[in-house]
Amino acid sequence: MSDKLKLSDLNSILKDLDVESLEGVTIEGDIELDIQGGGGMNPAMAYALGHEAAQISLHVANIARMLGYPVDQLFAQCLGAGGETAALQAEPAIEELMQTKFDVARSSEWNTPIQEVTLGATSADGGSRGHTITLGGEKAMPFYFDAEMPNRNYVTMDVFDMPISMAKSVKSNYEDVMGDPAEWAKKVVNEYNADMVTIHLISTDPLINDTPAKEAAKVVEDVLQAVDVPIVIGGSGNPQKDPEVLEKAAEVAEGERALLASASLNLDYERVAKAATDYGHAVLSWTQLEINAQKELNRKLMKQCNVPRDSIVMDPTTAALGYGLDYAYSNMERIRLSALMGDDELNFPMSSGTTNAWGARESWMKESPLKEDSDWGPREYRGPIWEIVTGLSLALAGNDMFMMMHPTSVQVLKEITQTLYGNIEAKTPDITNWITAEV
Amino acid sequence: MKINSPLDAYKYLPGTNCGRCGEDTCMAFASHLIDRSKSGEDCLPMVEEDKYAKKLEELEKLLAPEIKEVTIGTGEKSVTIGGDDVLFRHKLTFFNKTAYAYDVTDTMDDKELEERINTIQTFKKFYVGEFLTLDMVAVRCVSGKPETFAETVKKVIGLTELPLVLCSFDPAVLKAALEVASDKKPLMYAANQENWKEVAGLAKEYEVPVTLFAPNDLDLLKSMAKTFAEMGIEDLVLDPGTFPTGRELKTTFENFLKIRRAGIDGDGEIAYPIMAVPLTAWMAYDDDVSASYWETVVASVLTVKYGDIMIMHSIEPYALLPEMHLRDTIYTDPRKPVTVDPGVWEVGSPTADSPIIVTTNFALTYYTVESDIASNKIDCYIVVADTEGIGVEAAVAGGQLTADKIKKTLENAKFDLKEKTNYNTVILPGLSARLQGDVEDKVGSRVLIGPADSGRLPGWLEKNWPPQNK
Ligand code: SF4
Repeated sequence: MSDKLKLSDLNSILKDLDVESLEGVTIEGDIELDIQGGGGMNPAMAYALGHEAAQISLHVANIARMLGYPVDQLFAQCLGAGGETAALQAEPAIEELMQTKFDVARSSEWNTPIQEVTLGATSADGGSRGHTITLGGEKAMPFYFDAEMPNRNYVTMDVFDMPISMAKSVKSNYEDVMGDPAEWAKKVVNEYNADMVTIHLISTDPLINDTPAKEAAKVVEDVLQAVDVPIVIGGSGNPQKDPEVLEKAAEVAEGERALLASASLNLDYERVAKAATDYGHAVLSWTQLEINAQKELNRKLMKQCNVPRDSIVMDPTTAALGYGLDYAYSNMERIRLSALMGDDELNFPMSSGTTNAWGARESWMKESPLKEDSDWGPREYRGPIWEIVTGLSLALAGNDMFMMMHPTSVQVLKEITQTLYGNIEAKTPDITNWITAEV
Repeated sequence: MKINSPLDAYKYLPGTNCGRCGEDTCMAFASHLIDRSKSGEDCLPMVEEDKYAKKLEELEKLLAPEIKEVTIGTGEKSVTIGGDDVLFRHKLTFFNKTAYAYDVTDTMDDKELEERINTIQTFKKFYVGEFLTLDMVAVRCVSGKPETFAETVKKVIGLTELPLVLCSFDPAVLKAALEVASDKKPLMYAANQENWKEVAGLAKEYEVPVTLFAPNDLDLLKSMAKTFAEMGIEDLVLDPGTFPTGRELKTTFENFLKIRRAGIDGDGEIAYPIMAVPLTAWMAYDDDVSASYWETVVASVLTVKYGDIMIMHSIEPYALLPEMHLRDTIYTDPRKPVTVDPGVWEVGSPTADSPIIVTTNFALTYYTVESDIASNKIDCYIVVADTEGIGVEAAVAGGQLTADKIKKTLENAKFDLKEKTNYNTVILPGLSARLQGDVEDKVGSRVLIGPADSGRLPGWLEKNWPPQNK
């Protein structure tokens, strides 16, 4: 071994590296080592040389450390088990925290705000609603720090134009008003704090009561009389009958700026769109868990039916927790991300039929039908939380408006979405010592 | 992951197309490296031959997930958290579902301890072919006494194989517990601004993963993470604090977003799994149901957005069921198929007298119906119509489930009702009642309307099958 190492060389190598912290550091002296192995070296000489080498290595190690190299680990590794004392010395415990700042960039991709859609019209605009509600306007994913969210989430509660079968824990809240949609509407607004009301004209279905469209429209008038919140008007879901039902309903609600539910690709969406534009309403564009179909329908509503951009809300379909919510969630998240990145065919507020959560057996069945399952516990508590979690996850995917049923679900969903929105002041507990908390 | 195209990975492979990885070509293998269904070690030549060693090492560095993976516990029940590469699940998938830990304390009496642990480790819910279960036990030191805590930890280890989180800010307490539990590789909770030096020492001495706790102070959290990493402690979990209500909860949510975005964007100093503690909801609410509900709500928010491990208190089924299902929702691989093959399928060993039940080819619907029937040991045929992966109610509304579709399914399967069955009768799902007349006309069979939920099929069949007259 007769390699020569000149420290001045090292210094010039380091110069080529762009390391600021080395500026001003010079290595004094120019030591040239010429180490030769083999016997015959006098012990005193060897010791002196060893001492010199150790000094130099410490010096070099310091430079390496300044460059950010984990020298101590290397020493510990190299010296191995035999060098335990050396390893301990080479790895002094760090006495001070290595202070550093956390930093994260705001998203630069989200450059297009979501279209705002206003529902309801006050007397100033030719309607009779007490106030209006504006959906959309987001410039970032929901509740993110990248940009303020201009409008909060809203809940519209379901009212039906006839008694229907529903989960026991839902039904118990409405037994007194079932069969009287106007009273039902009053109840959800006055007692359950609904932001809006959806009147579902399900009795118009030819397979149910086949109520004539004209008659159904009267129910809409009753509801508009009973409450002064903005309303959503829903058909029965029968694709042949719905366009006619929505036309008549739109006519009696002229000027109130209701949301017509819904236009879809499997019915005569042109008629529904025309009813909306003729009488000054917005239209719900409903597709089934398919982003491209959603684009297609929105395009048709805008280009073919001339629905203005500020009159379209989307329902990309809500599947219940445990029954396809993963598709519903990602479908909405994709739609919202595309919209923020500039896709103007998807750039609209979204609505969720959160009520679908009550279709999940976990929300209403007394016990699990499967013998292998653990006990499901009382269903009175299972149902509302199923509706909450279904809605909440979609709120995080970008959903703006929720169609819901259970008063507890509505209350809790509003509490959490408005907390994330920044609207709720509360004295939060001191969590520094949560470990010992009495719970 | 530092690379994102199969070509980038291919460059490091031997290129011999030897097929030992189970793929026909190195290129095919490379695409599995990118979608993370295979790892570098699956290419045996790279592992066995020295000449590839360097390439393998380089490749694995490039393929390592942005968020570090941390394993807690040992053996079959151990859990791995972290490992993510994307901020939105549809861009790839999320890896390593959030680990759910439920708490016990060292002030509980033996009976309570045993009951809680038993619930935590036996709770299960059947779902799409498997059981959803819970993962961990968090032991909280409330007594403040090292011996008491160690004693409880010992008992817990005797009761369960589930991995543990050992919770105390007192290094002496943690040390006492590690003396009895370190070989189980528990997660230490937690180092904070005051105790970090001692806790770091324990992490090194006992070689266990450790949580760093810096409530709403991301600078401190990152400084601690950097310092620990510098000391060679890299099995880290970050807890930025879970404030249960008000504006502080909004800030908590934002902290989770910030940490994960920074990590995925390449800030390695903070690219570790994140811990949430929804249990703090119990400090904000007095009555049990409200506290439990709010805990589930906080857990839901932080399961959807980036919590990798969390500590909770409620073990009521109405808390556990939605939590487990939401976690499954978020961590299900979005690339897996939505549908099952259409056709006529047998459950059990059906005969000419067995019922014929119609459903959709949406995987979830199919597996639900199938498990309801199989679990009750009923022999039958299931007619799976091609509804393009849409469930019954929506498919009826959207026109994907029609009489024609059902007819076509039977024809394609060459399943002649008159020939193969004695009753020439099909059972439609309750939610498709409106198709009855159409199906009678087009299929030429009788039609019974079953219950809206297949969970009620067993009871319904008892009353309605076999049909009255042949
Ligand atoms: S085992 Fe390796 S070398 Fe052989 S085909 Fe697979 S990737 Fe290529």
